[in-house]
Amino acid sequence: MSTRRNGITDHVNITRGFTGRPRVHDPGLPPGQYDAGDDWPVLSAEVTPDLAPADWSFRIDGLVAEPRTWDWEQAHALPASSYQGAIHCVTSWSKFGVRFGGVSLDAFLHGVRPHGSATHVVAYAHTGYTANLPLADVTGGRAWIVWEYDGRPLPAEHGGPARLIVPHLYFWKSVKWIAGLRLLDHDEPGFWEGNGYHERGNPWEEQRYSGD
Amino acid sequence: MTEQISGRTPRRTPERFAPPTRFAVPGRIGVNERTASVWRTATLTGIRPETPRATTFRFAVPGWPGHVPGQHLLLRLTAEDGYVAQRHYSIASAPDDSGHIELTLDRVEDGEVSGWFHTVARPGDRIEMRGPLSGFFAWPGDRPALLLGAGSGVVPLMSMVRHHRARDMRLPLRLLVSARGPEDLIYAREYGAETTAVFTRSAPEGVAVGRMTAAHVAPFLAKQPPSGWEAYVCGSNSFAEHASRLLVAAGQPVERIRIERFG
Repeated sequence: MSTRRNGITDHVNITRGFTGRPRVHDPGLPPGQYDAGDDWPVLSAEVTPDLAPADWSFRIDGLVAEPRTWDWEQAHALPASSYQGAIHCVTSWSKFGVRFGGVSLDAFLHGVRPHGSATHVVAYAHTGYTANLPLADVTGGRAWIVWEYDGRPLPAEHGGPARLIVPHLYFWKSVKWIAGLRLLDHDEPGFWEGNGYHERGNPWEEQRYSGD
Repeated sequence: MTEQISGRTPRRTPERFAPPTRFAVPGRIGVNERTASVWRTATLTGIRPETPRATTFRFAVPGWPGHVPGQHLLLRLTAEDGYVAQRHYSIASAPDDSGHIELTLDRVEDGEVSGWFHTVARPGDRIEMRGPLSGFFAWPGDRPALLLGAGSGVVPLMSMVRHHRARDMRLPLRLLVSARGPEDLIYAREYGAETTAVFTRSAPEGVAVGRMTAAHVAPFLAKQPPSGWEAYVCGSNSFAEHASRLLVAAGQPVERIRIERFG
């Protein structure tokens, strides 16, 4: 048996005696993923920061007309927006029916007026963690800054007090403890992208590692 | 470390953007994306029980490009109808030129992949793997290492201990390993003076029972090498949160703590 991906023929060996979980055809499950059910694994690579809402801030700068920093109250004054749906982690679990509350990233970007030359962003955390994203992936209602999970404050180990979510990409792009976005006219690898992970991380194309 | 990464669009700006915050722990080594993108067929050559719940599986992997202690790989099993299950596993063996690697897998309740390994697998079976992956949790043996692990979280740390021993390194390395009881301590017979075991539910006579505490961690920070420790923490998220807080409280700089959480 063989499959083709990126023009490379991939010979797959059947594993003797392996049947796997019952096949439930779930159109919401990207290839190679499984439903984690109620679990929500934590996979951050750094120490969880002790960050109070009063010490949190979010800045957008780089290729914008008006760089700006929001504090907790200013961010909360923007129109509320929520995401309800699935999230997909590169380590193979997906989680369905999650509910995040916060503000659409569009509302923040509207305030800084991005230059036409901006094509990518580096999203960074208060810990210094980074992830790169095409600007198009964080605009048009596809990305949020969130501080609520399931109607409650977002737990610190999941990125609280506030994190970025970009749920249509693998979740390492959804930077925890979000501190800011810098808009650039080029792509620049973030933390995992510099450690062998894919530049974009689209779960539907199984873009897990560089070269996928 | 980016010199090994090929195939990217050339960057117009030579300086990478660095956030105006405390910088995250940098990657340790470059990951060769060409070798990491190839699925290799591995043959199971040996099965060795470690504890009632954990077993080591040894594989011959033709063309294995070699790894750095602490790295992991992606493994996949394929059913007859083409259904594929894939999981990340840390590599337990030290890098060597035997053409073999070892994984130690916990038997997980209802584990789709670990269940196959623990109940069906036998020598001669062929599975596929891809890696090694991630340069973040890797320890090339260049800096003193303080290792904190719990349960099967000790697996990537054991690769470091074995590497340290195999190369007869003089560089300080210490392992603080937590297990539920002596019978659950993976690699128990292999540990030497570098290791301190902590037992959370049952312990040999005369040994305290309880969670890892500040008292376990403080002595290592009080008597640290002149250049300090590079700390590696591996285990469940609750252990990783607990152990990393102990390290920070004892004075270990956050940017020198690398965490691998199993989940």
